This record gives sequence, structure tokens and C-alpha cells, in this order.
Amino acid sequence: MSNKDMMPQFALFQPSDIENALELLEKYGENGWLVAGGQDSFDWFKDRAKRPEAVIDLGGIAELTGVRETPDGIEIGAMTTLTEISNNTTIKSQYGLLSEAAGRVASPQIRNAGTIGGNVSQDARCWYYRSGLDCYRAGGNTCYADTPEGMNREHCLFGASRCVAVSPSDTAAAMVALDASMVIRSSAAERVVPAEEFFIGPDVNITRMTVVEAGDILTAIRIPAKWAKAEFYFEKVADRNTWDFPLVNVACSKIVNGGVIEDIRIACAGVECVPKRMTVVEDIVRGSNQDEETAELGGGSASRGASPLNYNHFKIPLMENLVKRAIRGNSSNGTVPVQQ
Amino acid sequence: MAYKHIGKNFTPPDVRAKVTGKAKYSEDFRAEGMLFIKLLTSPMPNARVRNIDSSAALKMEGVVDILTAEDVPAMPVPQTQILTNNPKFVGDPILAIAAVDETTASNALEAIIIEYEPLPFVIDPLQSLYPGGVDAHDDGNVTQRMQPTQRIKWTARDFAAVGEDELPRGEPRDQWEYGDVDAGFESAAVVLDETFVVAGHSHHSMEPRSSFAYWENGKCYLHASSQSHTFNVPGFAAYVGIEPENMILIAEYCGGGFGSKGTAYPIASLSAHMSKKTGRPCMLRITRAEEYYLGSRRNGFQGNVKLAFRDDGKLIAADMYVVQQSGANDGFPDYMNAGGALSLVYTPEAMRWKGIPVATNTPITGAQRGPGQNQLACVMEPLMDKAAKELGVDRLVIREINATNNDSKYADKRIPVSSAYLREAIRNGAERFNWEEKKKQSGQRNGTKVTGIGVGQAFHPAGATGFDGLVSITPDGKVHVHTGVGNLGTYSYASTSRISAEVLGCSWENVVIERGDSRRNLPWNLGQFGSNTSFTMTRTNYVGAMDAKMKLLEIAAMDLGGIAEDYDVGGDKVFSKADPTQNLTLAQAAQRAIELGGKYDGHEMNEDMHAITKASVTALAGTALVGAAKDTLPSEGMAIALASAFMKIELDTETGKYEILEYVGTADCGTVVHPQGLEHQIRGGGVMGIGMAGLERIVYDPQNGLPANVGFHQSKPPSYLDVPAEMDVGYVDKPDPSNPVGARGIGEPLLGCAASALLSAISDALGGVYFNRTPVVPDMIINALADRPQSYKTLQMSNQ
Repeated sequence: MSNKDMMPQFALFQPSDIENALELLEKYGENGWLVAGGQDSFDWFKDRAKRPEAVIDLGGIAELTGVRETPDGIEIGAMTTLTEISNNTTIKSQYGLLSEAAGRVASPQIRNAGTIGGNVSQDARCWYYRSGLDCYRAGGNTCYADTPEGMNREHCLFGASRCVAVSPSDTAAAMVALDASMVIRSSAAERVVPAEEFFIGPDVNITRMTVVEAGDILTAIRIPAKWAKAEFYFEKVADRNTWDFPLVNVACSKIVNGGVIEDIRIACAGVECVPKRMTVVEDIVRGSNQDEETAELGGGSASRGASPLNYNHFKIPLMENLVKRAIRGNSSNGTVPVQQ
Repeated sequence: MAYKHIGKNFTPPDVRAKVTGKAKYSEDFRAEGMLFIKLLTSPMPNARVRNIDSSAALKMEGVVDILTAEDVPAMPVPQTQILTNNPKFVGDPILAIAAVDETTASNALEAIIIEYEPLPFVIDPLQSLYPGGVDAHDDGNVTQRMQPTQRIKWTARDFAAVGEDELPRGEPRDQWEYGDVDAGFESAAVVLDETFVVAGHSHHSMEPRSSFAYWENGKCYLHASSQSHTFNVPGFAAYVGIEPENMILIAEYCGGGFGSKGTAYPIASLSAHMSKKTGRPCMLRITRAEEYYLGSRRNGFQGNVKLAFRDDGKLIAADMYVVQQSGANDGFPDYMNAGGALSLVYTPEAMRWKGIPVATNTPITGAQRGPGQNQLACVMEPLMDKAAKELGVDRLVIREINATNNDSKYADKRIPVSSAYLREAIRNGAERFNWEEKKKQSGQRNGTKVTGIGVGQAFHPAGATGFDGLVSITPDGKVHVHTGVGNLGTYSYASTSRISAEVLGCSWENVVIERGDSRRNLPWNLGQFGSNTSFTMTRTNYVGAMDAKMKLLEIAAMDLGGIAEDYDVGGDKVFSKADPTQNLTLAQAAQRAIELGGKYDGHEMNEDMHAITKASVTALAGTALVGAAKDTLPSEGMAIALASAFMKIELDTETGKYEILEYVGTADCGTVVHPQGLEHQIRGGGVMGIGMAGLERIVYDPQNGLPANVGFHQSKPPSYLDVPAEMDVGYVDKPDPSNPVGARGIGEPLLGCAASALLSAISDALGGVYFNRTPVVPDMIINALADRPQSYKTLQMSNQ
């Protein structure tokens, strides 16, 4: 049961450069564990549900932190804290969607410790899985949430495949809407993966949420200049206004010219195991006037194909409304679109 | 009456330690050679432990000892056990390991092999009432506090007689009736017939109930997290298995209890048992998850209420049935309290009430701030709105016409009240809120947002009599107010001590409050629960101080001539009324008292006091002028606390989220003893009410009995951003005739008035959607707005 509240012992390594961290990862393989801000890891350790032999703390690697301007946008070190991202002047002025999303994660204390790399890499928050049950994701052969009696209010509308957990991240949806790419290093090579491919569903691999494998380190996130100073919209609906995961959130980047939406990327978290990019909505909206009719049409299409579970069909109208608001982009509802 | 201390703000003496972190709670204590304990708790909601193999664990280095159910006293079933071989809920403690540190103890727990026999379990009370339904306990399914378990099953016909969305009305455990209920329904202008559910939320005490214990000379020194002090000494002693005089309880600070630490609880004794077995000081730090298992929760309700209204809004008859989810122990009589509250707050001319408390294999339940009364407020206030709407009566008018007053009576026994000014509280709040203007804003649209205006009311009994006051004056001239009431966090231990200074005419700076540790010679006082302290402790401190005052006057007469009546107290002196220059300082009088001995310095005392008080007086004897007396002051009727609340919200029709823009809470609690303390209570109760009505989560998995909320972030008590930045407060401030300063308690209804005002505001914003369910959370609001069916079944206990 998840009440142990006492970490088992492990060897702690605090490398000061990536090469050293990669060596340690290679040495310990499956028994090594990377810690960024620790906000997900420590829960697992305290519950004694994950018992790595070696914990590699990335906190001392200077090159993993900070925001750098590049010829094609910006690059954010994976160990940059969520607080730094929500306060960074470049991100706020150019890619306000991300600062807004980062600023809505959890609570101020968690944002001070939690990192952007950790936030997009966090594990599923399904309460059954986190209770330490032997579900599919934990290597067992059942799902407790997707049953006639499962308590699945927070679970998915789309993409169920034995597991019905959702992407719990606020920044992940923003990454997809910003067309970000993830820089992943291993001792063999560096690869750059688009955000949309970075997050994976249970149909691809049921035991992890991203393409990052043992031996890999997510080192940076790149955001292309194409979406700099676009019109952004981020909104998160959660039970509480802080320290809560989204029931549904929406992240949207739009390029609007003369009242016409020239281009758009839009994604929701809390509805699928990955941040759900809504290409159908984008196709409907692209080239249309930014008006209520377009918003209604786009919003109404957002939930197409949804397969609700017993307790989560409210996410259908909620998602539709959030998408509508994102397309509308104005604040008849009092929610201020992200300022440039 | 003009008071020097009563009704004035002051800084309670423990504030500084709390805000600077110097205050020591149970888990902050350390001792040479101490051991740390970890618990092994049940992974199953109902099971029998067949075998425990701890051999490998006990061989591990640093592991010292183990306790199992055989090593500790067994409590009468269905009371909560200290340790058990028959766990009745997920999280029920089975054994404990003591080791040199917690890591070692945790490692040892993993080396223990337990063979369980899983047993059928039940989460939903109605399923246990089905013919052939599972009983939570081996000997039955109906539990009542301190009573033996019963087995009650409803008939298949009871269930078949109503649809799945209605409460069957099978055999109750308890019932009462007064007036002609049926006649009331026949003559009604409007009848409501409503089935409801109220969730039983956790207490979320900030300080987990950690304990630290050691033994010296046959006495047990127990550091425990406790709302109450001397009242809990016999209880903790019983769990340890010793006489109360051998229990030294140290409980100076309590990091939140909300009812769950009002009386003694079993797990605190575990450190004492382990310390006795090992001969070493032992610490049991309770984890946050364990606090959710063992820290108890409010009793949930499934129920039905029928209400008959006259055309002017008067409630003429009520008929209520409450099925209570009592958890795996003997619970608390919330279901009874709900019936009593309906009869008193809404004053129906005739009423019938039935109830049944059903045990479930869910974590233990207990009293939580307004146990029963606040569930009732959540049920009734939206229905008062619904009735007002159907009758075309103003929502304030329907409350005023039914409001309890000095002539109102409680339940079937028709118990009178000492005083009641609910109508005045409503008017006070309505004026502060500007009801007449605000009600016009109801339903106003602003983009996607709509305004909702809510009003709520709540009640709780608020006082008791018959406890002992103890005041000593030492030869240094200090006045010591000995208070055994406890320190649950409202500072009422301090504010009610001020009456002693009032009676003795001394400055507050000259008063020392003796509290928090049995060695400080504390009297027998009621615990800090049931909103009673302001009433009870002003009475007891009054009689203790009056006894000291009489002795001062007598000593002055002896030394300075004349009779006691010639003298008075004031300015830290006892002086001649005719010639104030003829006086004794308190220091001089105390010295004389010691010289005189006998009743003056505690060598003799009144026989009617409790043994604990007598022991304290005996310990003080010869060191001070001792004033000690049992509260036998007259008291007529039940002392009660009443509260009303007003709320304005703006609800977004696209997201189901709302913002609370304004809150006004008003209290009727007699004379206000400590304005700042009362204001904090009104605001704090308001925050807790917002949590109960709108946010908090309590989910059990029907498949395996697992609770989903075992941490703050899963349970969702309100955050700073979920409550209004400013909350306005008001109070009636009319003295109660049964208290020497006119004070009554208040703590509990301040939650219920806010919770019900929020429910009322949400329903108002939605144009009259009454969920008959608490809490109301965003998915319910979204489904209502989208005209979609709700996901839960009408009578389902947990859905969020």
C-alpha cells in the first residue's frame, strides 16, 4: 500500500556534466533512476513502489538549465524550473503559452522545485496505478479503472488500450501546440523528437509515457520561431485552482491575420494518454474567420470519436467548450488570452 | 455590562511559538535511546489474519521488537482496535515494528509475511441493508457509538416499493415523532419529497496523530496530538491499560483535529505499549496516508426528506429518514443530530424522524465539526430555496418565518434552549451583504458567466455544565488559571481564562495559564469539542475564580478587620470598599493563605469535585491560595450556537467553475468573548464549508475497498485560490442568560452555514438545479449545464 512514507536506501550520484550522467546511466541500466526536481520520483520512492539501486540527480548539471535564444527560436534546458519558465521574459514575450501553462502547474512550491523536463516526463496519475495495484501499466494483467465499477472520473475519452490513464501535464499540451521538439541524449547519440511523437500511448508502450528509454536523458526542449508572438490561449479546468491536475486543459497557438485564422495548433491534456492534438479541429478552423461560428464548429468537432467511461462523459462538453474558447480566443468568459 | 477583558482582543500566549516554529508537537520530541515505530496496515477491507511470520524481520540489525494484536488490549467490537487480526478496512493496523530508525523499521515490515483470509466487504450502506447483504462486522451491520452491534436487514419488498432513485424506508434503528405529521402534509401548500446524499469527508488534520511515550516510576508519559486535555486522560489511560492517575498527558499544541482528536483514540497508545515492552522511549510518527486511514472521517448520509410548507413559507411538517455510512467502527450519531437539527433550526410544527447507522468496510468515522448538523444544513438550505421558489416567497423571508428563537424546542423531547437569535443573525448578515440589492443580481449574465446568490444557516449545541474550575494565587502575586480544556487551535482556552482575571480584578499580564501538561495540576474539564468551550469554560473559570475571590475577601477581613462583604478586589489587590488604602496585595494574601492552610491553600477542598481536580488541588496544597469549585451555576435550556452565511458567486457556464466573490458569515453565540478569535472562527469555518460543499473528494473503489484519497492533493481541501480573499464577519452579541458573562460556543455551525450558502449559490446560478448531493463538483455542474445525465446513481455514496 502507498502509505509507507519512508524511502529505501539507494546510492545517490550528483554528476556535474551530462557525459558523467550518461556513464552512470549506462553502468546501472534498468537499476538507475534519473531525478530532475523529484516531485514525481520521491512519491514513488517513499511508497517503495520504485526501488532503484542508483539515483542520478541531474540538479548539478549547469548545461541542463536556462533559456537560450537560437537562430530558429529558443532552447530550454530540461532542468529549468517551472517557476523560471513562467517568469522568463523571453518566454513570456514570445511564447507566452508556455509560461502560462507552466504557471498553472501544481502549486508555487512544486513549481519552484519541479522542472520542465520532469513535468513533461511525469508518469501516469491514475489513482489505481499510484495505489500500487498490479494493473497493466504496473506490469500486471488488468485495469481497475476501465470496469463497470471503476472510479474513472479523471480518466480518458480517447486512445484507451488496456490502460485508460491520461496525460496529466499542463506543459505537455503547450509543447504540442507550440510544435516543440525534445532533445534526447544517450551515450550513443543525440536525437530530436517532435513533441507529438515524444508522448506515447499504451498502444505503443504501456509501461511508459514518453519515448525516453533507459539510458536516455531528455536534455532540452526547442520551440520553433514560427509560433513566436502568435495568438495563444491556455486554460486549465481542475477541481481546485491550485495544486491539482487538470480535468481537461487546452493549449492553442494561432496566427490570425485580418480576422482570419491562417494557422493553428491546438491540443488538450486530460483526455488521452498523450496530449491530444486536434488536427480535425485545426483543419476546420484554418482559413476561417475568427468568429463564434468557427468557434462553435471547431469546438463541436473536438470530441468526435470520444469513448467515455462511466464517470467522465462530462469531459466531452468541457473539452468542446475549452476548444471553442481557445478558437474564440477572446475573453467573453473573463479568461484573459495569453498576452504578448 | 462593562468588562475589562471580556469582549476585548488580546494575543493568546501560544501564538508566538506557533508562528515562529518553536511550538513542539508530539513528533518534535526526542529522547536518548528512543525507538521509532512503523505500522503494518491491512491491504484488504475485510479479512482475517491467519498467520504472521516475523522471524526474518526480527533478525534484522536494528530491529528491536514487534507488537501484534495479542500484545495490546482488545477493545469491544465494533470500537476501533489498537491492532487487530480482523482488519475491517484498508489501512487497519495489524502490527507494529520498533527499530533504531524508521528506515530500518520500514525494511523490517517488508520482511514480514502475513497470510490473510479475505472476507466479503461492503462499502455502500444500502447494499448491507439488502436481504442477504454483507455485514461489515462478524456480528452485524448496524453500529451505534458505545453500543453492541445489531443486525438489521430490510425486506426485498422495502426495496421493491420504490424505484432505484428513491430511498427505501425499511426498519430503522431509531425513530421519534412529535405533532400530527400526516395532518401537516394534508394541509400543505407545497410538499417537497427529496432523496439526498452527503459525502463523509476526511478531517484533514494538518498534524498527523503522532505519539511519543516513555515510562518512569510506573507512570506513562504520553505526548499525543489532542484537542482536549484532562477529559482525554482517562481515555488514553484505558487504551494504555493503566489508571488515570498514572497517565501524564503532554499535549500543549494540536495541529488540527476538527473533532477527530476531541476524545482519546487508540493509536496514540501504541507508542506507550511499545515503550513498556522495550523499556525505551518510543515514537510513532503517523504518515499522511495513515492519518487518512486512522484520522477518521465524517459519517456519510443517504436519505430522504419530505417537507410540508404553508403558503407563507412556514414549515408545518417534516418527515426525514437518514441512512448513515458509519465506517468500520462505532461511528458517531450524526444521523440523530441531523434530525434534531431539522426540528430546531426550521421549527416544523410536526416532525417524524427515522435513522439507521450502517457499518461499512471503509476507514473509521467520528465526529467532524458539526456532526450531523452540518450535513443537515447542506441538505436543507437548497431545499428552502426550492420551496421559496415554488411558493413565490423571498428566500430570506422563508428562513425568517421558520427561524429558531427563544421559544423553540429540540427534537421529540421538546428540549428548550437557553437563548436563540437566528433571525437576528440572518438580518445582521443580510444587512452586511446588502441582500435586497444582491438578490436582484441573481441569474445576471456577464458573457459566459452567471451570478448566483446563496444563503445558508446552521446550528450546533454549544455548552455544558458541571466541570471544575481551579485558580491559584502564588506568593509572587501571580494568578494561575489552571485549565484542562486543551488547545485545539481556537485560542478559546485563553479567552475563557480571562474571566478569572475579570472576577479577580487583576491585570491580564499578571495571569499565568497553566495548561498542556498533566504535571501542571489541571482540573477536570470537558474536552474541546461540540462548540462548548466558550460556554462551559467561562462558567468553570468563573466558579474557580469566585472561590478564590471569596477567600481573598475573607483573608482581608481577618487581617484588616470587618467582614468579607466590606472588601472587593481590583488592581491586583483586595481592598476595603470604604477605604481602598486598606488593602492587601495578591502576593500578601497568597502568603497569608499558605499560613492559614485549610481551605485557603488547598489542604481542604469541596468534596463534589472530580478525582483529577482533587489530585491537582492536593498537589498545589501549601503553595498558593487555591480557588477550586465545581460548576453548579443555574442553567436553563440547551445552550446553542447558530450561524448564517451569504455568498455571491460567478459561475462560468462553459467550464462549470465558479468564483466566490463575496462572503458574509454571522454568528449568534451570546456575548462575544474574544472578537478576533470569533472572526477567525467565522472565516476558518467558512473555508472548511467551501471545501465540504464544493471541493473535497472521498472515493472508495467498489471493487477492492481501496480509498482513493490518502493525501492532501487527492482529497482536495480548499486552497488559498479557491476561497474569497476577504470574508466579512458579523455577530449578534446578545448575552445568554445561562452564562455568567452571557457567552455561548460557536465553532461548528460556521462550517455548515458556509457550505449550505455555497450550495444555495450554485443552485441559484444554475437557475434552480438542486443536486441533493454534497459536494457539488465541476463535473456535476458541467453535466447540468450541458443537459447531460449525471454519472452517478442517485443514492450512490461516492462519485467524485
